[in-house]
Amino acid sequence: MGDHVELSNLCKTYSTPRGEVIIVKDFNLRIKQGEFVTLIGHSGCGKSTVLSMLAGLNPVTSGGIVLGGRELVGPGPDRGIVFQAPNLLPWLSALENVRLGVDQVFYTASSQERRQIAEYYLSVVGLAESQHKKPAELSQGMRQRVGIARAFALSPKMLLLDEPFGMLDSLTRYELQGVLMELWARNKLTALMVTHDVDEALFLSDRIVMMTNGPEAFVGDVMEVTWPRPRDRRAVMEHPDYYRRREELIEFLNVRAYTLKGQAPKHGHAEPPAAPGGAKPASQAQLPSPLPSNRASRTLTPA
Amino acid sequence: MAFLELKQVHKRFGDNVILRDINLALEVGEFVAIVGYSGAGKSTLINLIAGLLKPDSGSVTLKGAEITGPGPDRGLVFQNYSLLPWLTVAENIALAVAAVFKDASAEQQAEKVSHYIKLVGLDHARDRRPAELSGGMRQRVSLARTLSIDPEILLLDEPLGALDALTRATLQDEIGKITREAGKTVVLITNDPDEAIFMADRIVPLSAGPGATLGPSIPVELGPVRDRLEANHDPRFKRIRNEIVNWLLGPGGRQTTTISKRLILPDLLPEDLDEPRNRFGIRREPKRRGEQKLETIEIR
Repeated sequence: MGDHVELSNLCKTYSTPRGEVIIVKDFNLRIKQGEFVTLIGHSGCGKSTVLSMLAGLNPVTSGGIVLGGRELVGPGPDRGIVFQAPNLLPWLSALENVRLGVDQVFYTASSQERRQIAEYYLSVVGLAESQHKKPAELSQGMRQRVGIARAFALSPKMLLLDEPFGMLDSLTRYELQGVLMELWARNKLTALMVTHDVDEALFLSDRIVMMTNGPEAFVGDVMEVTWPRPRDRRAVMEHPDYYRRREELIEFLNVRAYTLKGQAPKHGHAEPPAAPGGAKPASQAQLPSPLPSNRASRTLTPA
Repeated sequence: MAFLELKQVHKRFGDNVILRDINLALEVGEFVAIVGYSGAGKSTLINLIAGLLKPDSGSVTLKGAEITGPGPDRGLVFQNYSLLPWLTVAENIALAVAAVFKDASAEQQAEKVSHYIKLVGLDHARDRRPAELSGGMRQRVSLARTLSIDPEILLLDEPLGALDALTRATLQDEIGKITREAGKTVVLITNDPDEAIFMADRIVPLSAGPGATLGPSIPVELGPVRDRLEANHDPRFKRIRNEIVNWLLGPGGRQTTTISKRLILPDLLPEDLDEPRNRFGIRREPKRRGEQKLETIEIR
């Protein structure tokens, strides 16, 4: 199987009154067909920026993205996105929310077939009984299930997950990771997920890409996760390697994400590393998030 | 006799059974964490201890005396901080001190306020209002306010739920240290198994509702110093963590009624929306792969 997705020399800069701020610089990543890759890093390291560029929601400053042999320009239904907040239309039922996209992508099919598609995916995520409910009648976990069904129902070439369970409590998060895993295994979709939850990354991924702290974030390290699939959470957590890998990821986030910062090839950034696990330096300015999601605003250091 | 004791507590709202057969006993100075799903009834449980709710049957006793209502012997910290927005940090805490220590002189009260502001590290912010504080700082004020009335037992209802991971870790360590040094008895409610492990002496999982009940008590024998990184190669950490998660996902998980449903996934390939939909007025046929998927799946 060849490379399905290729990000080459991806750069993103923003203009601010204090000059250009480089968020992502020379980001390279190849993802194989059917591979599940996770980007892990602290808030503001630019991982969501990479994802939103891949989604076509955020223009690329330089570099290119190729999906299935075609260069990407702008958003499209070939990439299914699950956001941190499910962003459902409140006046439509769960089924109608899923049908919104299905009706577009399968416009040549009959209305009955389109309905079957929406019902199928809602049932698989466990909402067979609740498909006629409006978002306000659903719990947060159930709304996110609708968000997952909506993404899969379009039969996308690729799945993009931006901290999909970030707003849920730890236990609901476990449940939904199971739902996602099951659905993903049925379709073997190529997936890129952004998270800062190390357990989530370990359970779901084939490969974990660790990003250093931004700005000018780069890939600090990569971990292959070779546990056999389908994965059972209990078996994964009992695996002798699990806690060693978990420690490695936490160590990266707590220490190396800071110490590696500014040691990017050729593009040095002379700033003392922040104390591991400590508060963010007070000098950091706040800029609004480029994504129209309800992510907290990311912190940037003026260049 | 235990310090705080819940015996066969049942609680229902209308026809909905929230809690059943709750039995819990705490000794003086013990830090117990109750871990469970959101919506399971964790807050109901802490409200029963706080005296904000009364059990339908069973008893809640503190030092042998039945709890009949809220009182300053039990200090409550909420997830949403519940600070008065028009008062400064010092004034918010002074309000609690003045209400509980009515007989103390003004200086003694002011000294108490300063002591607790210092304890939570907010000296520099004592004259700021809640709107000028970060979430983590607000929760520190709330904690200082609760500690300032010197309660016999501290009830923490998902105190760190609204905070980001870094602030949460810092405050977990600080709350653990402060309460241990003060020798407080603490009940912590959380949905995060890690938070429970890093803070508590003993963990009691609460099953998913409806009709939630407590699971087996799991002692945390890791010593008071718990390093988040080091813990990963401590076999005890691994055992405790897996035990909690397995119970909550297994026996304590959601009771699911499984029904079988026949589903049809039509054999359709997505259309390329960049192409014009209706060339020369001819309606196109849907693209198919040639395999219809008929499936019977178990639905939870």
